[in-house]
Amino acid sequence: MIRSTHLPLLVTLLTFVLAYALCAAQYPAMLSTRVVANLLTDNAFLGIVAVGMTFVILSGGIDLSVGSVIAFTGVFLAVVLRDTSIHPLTAFVLVLALTTAFGAAMGAVIHYLEMPPFIVTLAGMFFARGAAYVLSTDSVPIEHEFYDFLQSLYYKAPGGGRFRLIGAVMLLAFVAGGLVLHRTRLGQNVYALGGGVATARLMGVPLARTTVSIYAISGGLAGLAGIVFSLYTSAGYSLATVGVELDAIAAVVIGGTLLSGGYGFVAGTFFGILIMGLIQTYIVFDGTLSSWWTKIVIGALLFAFILLQKGLTWATTSRKRVRTGSATPS
Amino acid sequence: MSATTSSVFKRILPQLIILAVVLALNVIVFPGFLNIEVHNGRIFGNLIDVLNRGAPVALLCIGMTLVIATRGIDLSVGAVMAIAGATAASLVSDGHHWTTSLLGALLVGSLCGLWNGFLVAVLRIQPIVATLVLMVAGRGIAQLITEGTILTFIDPGLIRLGAGTIIGIPTPILIWIALGAGAILAVRRTALGMLIEAIGINEASSRLAGINSRVLLICVYAMTGLCAALAGVIVAADIKGADANNAGLWLELDAILAVVIGGNSLLGGRFSILASLLGALIIQSVNSLILLSGMPPEFNLIIKSVLILCILVIQSPKVGHLIYMLRASSLHVPPPETPSRRVLTPKEDAQ
Repeated sequence: MIRSTHLPLLVTLLTFVLAYALCAAQYPAMLSTRVVANLLTDNAFLGIVAVGMTFVILSGGIDLSVGSVIAFTGVFLAVVLRDTSIHPLTAFVLVLALTTAFGAAMGAVIHYLEMPPFIVTLAGMFFARGAAYVLSTDSVPIEHEFYDFLQSLYYKAPGGGRFRLIGAVMLLAFVAGGLVLHRTRLGQNVYALGGGVATARLMGVPLARTTVSIYAISGGLAGLAGIVFSLYTSAGYSLATVGVELDAIAAVVIGGTLLSGGYGFVAGTFFGILIMGLIQTYIVFDGTLSSWWTKIVIGALLFAFILLQKGLTWATTSRKRVRTGSATPS
Repeated sequence: MSATTSSVFKRILPQLIILAVVLALNVIVFPGFLNIEVHNGRIFGNLIDVLNRGAPVALLCIGMTLVIATRGIDLSVGAVMAIAGATAASLVSDGHHWTTSLLGALLVGSLCGLWNGFLVAVLRIQPIVATLVLMVAGRGIAQLITEGTILTFIDPGLIRLGAGTIIGIPTPILIWIALGAGAILAVRRTALGMLIEAIGINEASSRLAGINSRVLLICVYAMTGLCAALAGVIVAADIKGADANNAGLWLELDAILAVVIGGNSLLGGRFSILASLLGALIIQSVNSLILLSGMPPEFNLIIKSVLILCILVIQSPKVGHLIYMLRASSLHVPPPETPSRRVLTPKEDAQ
């Protein structure tokens, strides 16, 4: 039997399959492995960030800082590799530690000072973007043989599609995110926190540790996304990835996660990312549509999925009300 | 009458002090800061610049204060600014009179606000989600109107709204002061303000008390859309063109910040438009301070974020409670009054 909590996920999946089928019917070339491979490569950094965003939104919070953190990571790597002789791997570890600590700090401020995540991560967004500006306002190219090596890693599928390393990193992030959410205590705590802070506290969920961990995960994944983005563009630019946090939130919502927290799946977010990538691919294939249609279609999809969730919550609560015979406030 | 005046003064005192400190810092780094001169029938000066450049955020925060007072938030104002600017520019370049295009832009802004209000009040979607839809789609719509270009215009009537003067004073200053005064009178000289606060404190009980919260909520969002549209027209008129990508970019965050600096709780309830307007001026004065002090502009955002954090920590209910407890234990006197800004934590709620 299909549980109502799985329905948004199924609808997302169906939307993706249907949309892909429609695109393929119009442009049979959309079925080639090249398109599939590019879909994964082009959306790799967005996907990784969206995994972290899924954690945050499941817990009932929001993280506006991720786009700036990606830009900061890119600039940091570029400047460090240009000015010092540190090996890129060391730089990766350094930057991941930095961004994770940054996320954890925001989580601590949110929990201990009881401030709304919206405002705290907004300040974080300004701070990370500002830090990127301070490092460099120019676009800094990255030239390192290790980068060339990482970029040369790909699996060439029949049909000419190149599945690159960064696509694999995204898939790995999704699998790891899913495992943590569904198979560990931390994951259960995230869901509990999203269901209601007061209830979670009564159930014995360690609120401080969970909140800090959630934002640390989001910050760390944003750092990873920054590394992937720097591999993708071979440069660090402080004005890059403006507004990525919105795309990530949109992907999470299109993926069927309730923005008020408590319900949702990482798998849904994956298909949310693919749907958004598909829209862009379709616009490229069509050639006559302008890029702004992407934003409008994503906005419309967002609205449709919010309505769907609203309808579902309404349907389930009203059924419960009839069954128990009491008007429980929803 | 004098009692209300003194209570208003007490309410805005922290904002006045912060503003005075920031302005004093401005004077220290740039002694000529307070000079005001008149050239060619127009007043000039850094202080006038702060008032003038702060106009978009000041206009936005009038509407934003009301929305936040109802326990909502409006993320779409920046996008609505872009839409309104694009509408005004495309109408005026189609040969319409500038008043028609202004009215058209205001109408479109109100429609955007009505849409947000409909989602929040009728479909009962959380405000942050409901307005996110328009925030994402809005810039696409604005680009649709301008067809992806920066639509420039040369109509003097429309340009005067952003760059002109009336009796020597830049028009944007007059517009935001007039709208702000009108809004303050409307909410404080009638029951409107109290009704809005009632919704923010507890919507269910406000409805039981007979307040038509649905209509009121829609009106508040429509008002925010209208303010955003006016700000969008001013920004477009200032640069003589509508830039769908950059007009009003991140201004929604500045507006929310102004409201928070104004001491209004994001959890709704009591509000003060005057304090929010002071908050907008504080933000603009900080911008001017960073500019005048000759610091590299790269530091702008870092300084701004540290400042936000400081103000937030001061206003945090937990810190407020801590200070209150410290003061109470050191004085050994019965508490004179409970702190007004304290919010019940879930822990206490559960007990």
